[in-house]
Amino acid sequence: MRFAPQLVAVMGCALAMGFVAPRPASAQAEEKPYQIENGKVDRGTYNGYRRYGNACERCHGQDGSGSSFAPDLTQSLKRLSHEQFAETVINGRQNVTSSQQSVMPPFGQVEDVVLYLDDIYAYLKARSDGVLGHGRPQRMAN
Amino acid sequence: MFRKIAVSAAALGLCISSASANEELLRLQRDPNQWVMPTGNYANHRYSELNQITRENVSQLRPSWSFSTGVLRGHEGGPLVIGDLMYIHTPFPNKVFALDLKEPGRIVWRYEPTQDPSVIAVMCCDTVNRGVAYGDGKIILAQADAKVVALDAKTGKVAWTVSNGDAGKGETMTAAPMVFGDKVLVGISGGEFGVRGHITAYNLKDGSMAWRAYSVGPDNEILFDGEKTTSLGKPVGANSSLQSWEGDQWKIGGGATWGWFSYDPELNLIYYGSGNPGTWNPVQRPGDNKWSMTIFARDATTGQAKWVYQMTPHDEWDYDGVNEMILSDIEVRGRPVKALVHFDRNGFAYTMDRETGELLVAEKFDPAVNWATKVDMETGRPQVVSQYSTRQNGEDTNTENVCPAALGTKDQQPAAFSPRSKVFYVPTNHVCMDYEPFRVSYTAGQPYVGATLSMYPPKGEQHMGNFIAWDASAGKILWSKEERFSVWSGALATAGDIVFYGTLEGHLKAVDTRDGKELFSYRTPSGIIGNVNTYTHNGKQYIAVLSGVGGWAGIGMAAGLQGDSEGLGAAGAYRSLSNYTQLGGVLTVFALPN
Ligand code: HEC
Repeated sequence: MRFAPQLVAVMGCALAMGFVAPRPASAQAEEKPYQIENGKVDRGTYNGYRRYGNACERCHGQDGSGSSFAPDLTQSLKRLSHEQFAETVINGRQNVTSSQQSVMPPFGQVEDVVLYLDDIYAYLKARSDGVLGHGRPQRMAN
Repeated sequence: MFRKIAVSAAALGLCISSASANEELLRLQRDPNQWVMPTGNYANHRYSELNQITRENVSQLRPSWSFSTGVLRGHEGGPLVIGDLMYIHTPFPNKVFALDLKEPGRIVWRYEPTQDPSVIAVMCCDTVNRGVAYGDGKIILAQADAKVVALDAKTGKVAWTVSNGDAGKGETMTAAPMVFGDKVLVGISGGEFGVRGHITAYNLKDGSMAWRAYSVGPDNEILFDGEKTTSLGKPVGANSSLQSWEGDQWKIGGGATWGWFSYDPELNLIYYGSGNPGTWNPVQRPGDNKWSMTIFARDATTGQAKWVYQMTPHDEWDYDGVNEMILSDIEVRGRPVKALVHFDRNGFAYTMDRETGELLVAEKFDPAVNWATKVDMETGRPQVVSQYSTRQNGEDTNTENVCPAALGTKDQQPAAFSPRSKVFYVPTNHVCMDYEPFRVSYTAGQPYVGATLSMYPPKGEQHMGNFIAWDASAGKILWSKEERFSVWSGALATAGDIVFYGTLEGHLKAVDTRDGKELFSYRTPSGIIGNVNTYTHNGKQYIAVLSGVGGWAGIGMAAGLQGDSEGLGAAGAYRSLSNYTQLGGVLTVFALPN
């Protein structure tokens, strides 16, 4: 048990690296990060919905659809690769001028986001692909 | 000997400045030609004696001049008018402009603070600011980064700056300060970041702290006396707050103070409400979580609590209690009362005796409200309906169709009270929600929310707002006017027997106090979440309002507030707010033609 904290730290690190490591291009094109059957989503996608609600919704709006001050992520994910998405969420981004005050906070240190980044991505990708509607998705029985 | 003289001179000096600041504002708040505090007057009436613009001629009202703030995010609050100057403010970066009314729109001075942009990331719902305060020749600004800044009202030069919190921990400021006597009162925001709320009085002269009162914690920090501080007439007992929390949870217990303040100079009492308890997941914080969701009456000189009333013990829906306390002398059941009237997020309107804290009336001000059947007038507790209890349904369970939604039947957008009609005019939301609490851990400076929400209009309905007239004595709606979106703008009632408010689509409207009939509507450049005011210049009456859509309402701008489609009758009947308006802060000033 003495080693537990170290173990967790190492795992966290490996996970974080996993997000930014490039994936084979072919896998990206073929694999959907989510599963949807009869309108029901897999565990990860459901978790992504929830984590999104906790960490992102207050800026990016309900269902990822954007707000008066943060972009519509269902549109962004048509354009952004998984790596670009992960990079933006981990490092954040600022666009501050005298008339614009646009700040995307860095989430690299936030466990509830970093650990579930793939789930958040899956949820937003499903929204972006137009296969998931508004509100709380139904979970598949497992 | 020498020392004695110095001390008494200082005491004298203080005395004089206290009396003068007090008297100046007490006098100015009664002058309808100016608008010297964000709330109109200390009683928060948002009422004006001006009567050049009437129900007969208001239809001829037209824009007289306008001014762009150059800032895009949500513009809450409204202008102040003092003498020949108008003061307006913006959301982050919290610019302040002093405008010349003799040469409308000419900038006399501007203040543009430099704030760390990372503050933006810890503001819960857009970077709004609800306005500046005036007193003792100074303009007081509560900046997003939790700094309180006093500016010389004539030149804009910084007189003093003081830090009221740590933005690194999610402590920010959005509420407008209130000047009373020789002090200025400010609150703190950050209920979604596990802050512990407090209000603080600073001395106007130099920014030194006079007193601070927390919302939750030990008696000496919340300034309670277990024997003397009462709730519904009974002493609250020792450490009433600590006893209503488990363990150390109170340390991140919330009770943020981001709403409005009122002041009764005769009773020397200050009134305000506290926000949600820390984390929206009720399962993680057993107990009543006192004194979150509470109306406070505090001694203005010492901050000591005289009475309190917790409206929503152990909150399960994020029904912050911060909305304005309107001090009005009305008859309740045939008895003249020094009343406090409060329209809470939780959907109940409360009429209380503001001297004693006695609860007189508590009724729903939207019939859609369903989370509680009524308020027990003996205990003051809402009778919660199990079906809508997110605590009883538990973590990881989606509680559906709770009305109102977290943004409340009414949020901070202040109501108006006309002493002529004795009626309250209230901007409201008509929105319900699904709420699913889940476990979260606290990290300083990170959101501490722990619930996912989905908001939509009440089932079978298509509109998300109402503008209502309320009888606070009977606890009844007198009339109600539907609006497509939440009414997120502060109202103004005038002696012309009309009420003004703005809509999220951007219309400034005037309605008849008798029946809510729309008499005037003008589309400003952006959605209105600001508060309407009125003043005169060279003897002519003007109406002023800031547009600039955003705030919590703006988060739903793209889609959020359009609701889940299955809940609506005609598919697509609801179109999103973004189809109606775009961003941008603009002041528009209206007048009748010459
Ligand atoms: C404090 C508000 C805020 C929060 C919270 C927030 N974002 Fe952002 N986000 C922004 C803003 C503002 C931008 C645009 C930045 C710019 O202008 O470059 C942005 C940009 C992005 C982008 C890039 C979009 C594009 O089109 O390039 C992604 C992806 C993103 N956010 C994902 C997330 C995720 C996932 C979360 C939750 C883990 C999140 N954001 C939380 C404000 C926020």
